[in-house]
Formats: sequence, C-alpha cells, structure tokens
Amino acid sequence: MKPPPFQYHDPRTLAEAIALLSRLDNAKLLAGGQSLMPMLNMRFVLPDHVIDLNRVAGLSYIKETAGALEIGAMTRQHEVECSDLVRERCPLLHQAILQVGHRQTRNRGTVGGSLCHLDPAAELVSVAAAHDATIVVTGPQERREIKFADFPVAYMTPAIEPNEIVTALRLPLWTKGHGAAFVEFARRHGDFAIVSAAALLERDSGGKITRASVTIGGIGAAPVRATEVEQAVVGKPASDQLFRAACESCRKLDAIEDIHAPASYRQHLAAVLSRRALEKASGLAADAPWNRMH
Amino acid sequence: MSSKRTIAVTVNGTRYERNDVEVRLTLADFLRHELGLTGTHLGCEHGVCGACTILLDGRSVRSCLMLAVQADGHELLTIEGIAPSADKLHPLQEAFRDNHGLQCGFCTPGMLTTLIEFLRDNPDPTEQEVRIAISGNLCRCTGYHGIVAAALDAAKRMRATR
Repeated sequence: MKPPPFQYHDPRTLAEAIALLSRLDNAKLLAGGQSLMPMLNMRFVLPDHVIDLNRVAGLSYIKETAGALEIGAMTRQHEVECSDLVRERCPLLHQAILQVGHRQTRNRGTVGGSLCHLDPAAELVSVAAAHDATIVVTGPQERREIKFADFPVAYMTPAIEPNEIVTALRLPLWTKGHGAAFVEFARRHGDFAIVSAAALLERDSGGKITRASVTIGGIGAAPVRATEVEQAVVGKPASDQLFRAACESCRKLDAIEDIHAPASYRQHLAAVLSRRALEKASGLAADAPWNRMH
Repeated sequence: MSSKRTIAVTVNGTRYERNDVEVRLTLADFLRHELGLTGTHLGCEHGVCGACTILLDGRSVRSCLMLAVQADGHELLTIEGIAPSADKLHPLQEAFRDNHGLQCGFCTPGMLTTLIEFLRDNPDPTEQEVRIAISGNLCRCTGYHGIVAAALDAAKRMRATR
C-alpha cells in the first residue's frame, strides 16, 4: 500500500469541510489530487486526516461577475480548457491551461489545488499574477479576499490560515480584444516550465500600447512581474526592436538555481520568453518558428 | 470518519461491491488487487508514466492518483472493457496491432484508454495533436512512431464506420 494510513472524510458542504479542518489536527485537503496523491504515494506527507473536497457542492463554476472572471476552486482544469467564456474573455488563461500537465491530469486537477500547491513554475499561478487576481478564501467566521501579490508568503506556501479553504479565483478582465500570450520552456510537453512568460497588452486605436502586464514564472519562489519591461513598453507602438530592448532588463531579475537550470540560464530564458510573449500578444509572432501550436 | 469503507463501482458495465476497503488504497491497486483487473498497469505510481490511465465517467484519469474510495458510485472503463466482444478487437486495438503500436505492451493499456477519450473528442486529429494527446504516456520501446501511426489509422477506421 503506497499512501500512509490516515482517516478519510468526505464532507458534502463547505461548512462541514471547514468544521473538520478546524477540529482535526494534521489534516490535508484533497482537491484534484494531482500533487497531493504523488506526495502521499511517496510518503512525502503523512497526514492523520485527509478531507476530500470532491463531493462538496458549489465549488465548481466559471462565471463573469463585475468585470472579473470568477472560477470556483474545485473547477477542473479541463473545464477551464473547454470554456468558451475563458477563451473569449481570458485568452491568457486558455493558452496557459493547455500547458498544464496532460489531458489525464487536467481531467482531475483543479484551479484551487494548483493555486494552493503554489509551485513556482505553475502556469495557473502565473496567470493569477499576470491578471492581479484576487483569491477568495473561506474560514469558520468569514470569507476574505487576498490580493495575489500577498498570496505567496514563501516557497510553495500560500497566505491561508490552517482552518481556511480557498474557494474561488477572481481574475479582473482586460478589455475585449486585448492581446495575450503565454509561452514557456520545458524539456517535455506537460512538464512544469523551467521558465514561463505571460504577457497582456491593451492598445489604443493608433496602435500605441496603453497597458501592459509581463509575468515571469519559474524564476523565483513565486511568479514575478517584470515591471521594468511593463513601464518600458507602455506609451509606444509595438515592435520587435522595442520588445527586444525592453526585455533585456529581465536578465537582472533574481533567479533560483536547481538541478534543472542555473540562475543565469533562467535569466536568459526570462529575457527571451518575455520578448516572445510580447511579440505573440501583439500579433508579431505569427510566422516565428518557435510559435507552434501552443 | 473511518479508515475502511464499502465501495461500489461499475467497471466495464459490471457492478462490483467490496466491503472493508482501506481508504488509503489507490484506485489502481483496488482494480488490480481487489477486483483482479490486472490489465491496468502501474509504472511510476506518482502520475508521470500514464500506464494506469482508465476512464472515470468517460474521462481519462490516472488511477494511481485517485483513492478507490473516491470512485465510489462512479462508472469506470478499463482496458478489459474496450473490445466489443471476446472475439473482436476494438478498431484502436486492431490499428495498434497493424502499425506496430506496441512491443512489450506495458504502456499499451494507458495509451489505448487515453486515445479512446481523445478520438471521441477529436475524431480527425493531426499528427501533432496525437503527439500532444499521448504526451502524458511514456513508452520505452516503440519510439512512439508506431503509436502515432496507429492512432491516426484508428481515427480513419473509426470515422469510416460512423
């Protein structure tokens, strides 16, 4: 038997789940299981209690509300992938989700699970950073909202209390027809990225960039916004030269090192991928050899 | 709260019920050890190799990344259930045989279950779409070429009989 022994709970309501979480010591929430189950199988985690959220009603939905796209925490990644609303109103999320794991893991994996696991290179986490998302969290007393900038407190550690559950992700929408691109470098399709870049652009009728968001994933403990790049491109018309020059500043970002890549390589990727993301978001990359299906 | 449960599932159209199943048992081990359905293979047991892929309510999932107790009340399809009868292969199985889509056969159950869902959603895929569809299934024998050819051939055969 691979996983260690634990007691299993499958509440039907959010209130029951929060009550269990408040009452039980050393409990783990089980969402889609695509990270927790490997950790259990390898006995990296040894919980006394597993609280399964899969039968909790009301946590799976995608809706547009007050200028934002709200996604229930237990919404499967596959549902996000197939959502016309996501494709139309949040194209960055649509592009990113296709690069999350594989079909079999997206059929189980959830939006909330990926956010809480908070892998530094996770695509969904980068989308949250790019869109200045709000994370909705519910505890025994209240529901509160956490700005994404305050969500990661340390490596793979979200700012949620032990008795709280992430219940939704809210992504403020950009104007219809905005440019969006998510590009990443991974050794194999479906792997976590070594580095990823997300770009969002709005332009005026004259083609001048009026608003930009550039996010680098996989370079630090959490995705970072390349604010220097954002500032350098706003107010100017999109061009290869502009992006090439602006993205050089990504080489100065602090970068982590691990067995997959040294810091200098990650910084190099950040400069290259942020440029590609901006080119793709502004329609300059249609014929580029790197711009294949995803 | 408990560490043992009764689990009732429908697998390949047959209903099974087992009492006193440990809640920490993975769905893959439940299929293999409790139900004796050993066609579902286990390679890595942490969600990387795809060998244990089955269909849960029609959707491909890794059965090593689910607890058996989570499948209670659900409908499963495993490799044992894809052929239409005891003496007839599924067109996907025929295409694998004809295109050298397998050598040792270890990854094959996962490849087939993955492709059954994929070809249902996308009956006329491109080669690249097939390669992405099976990117979560590792094969150490074929170099994938025969598998991709088999998937494209199966898609053609299945379109012809629609």
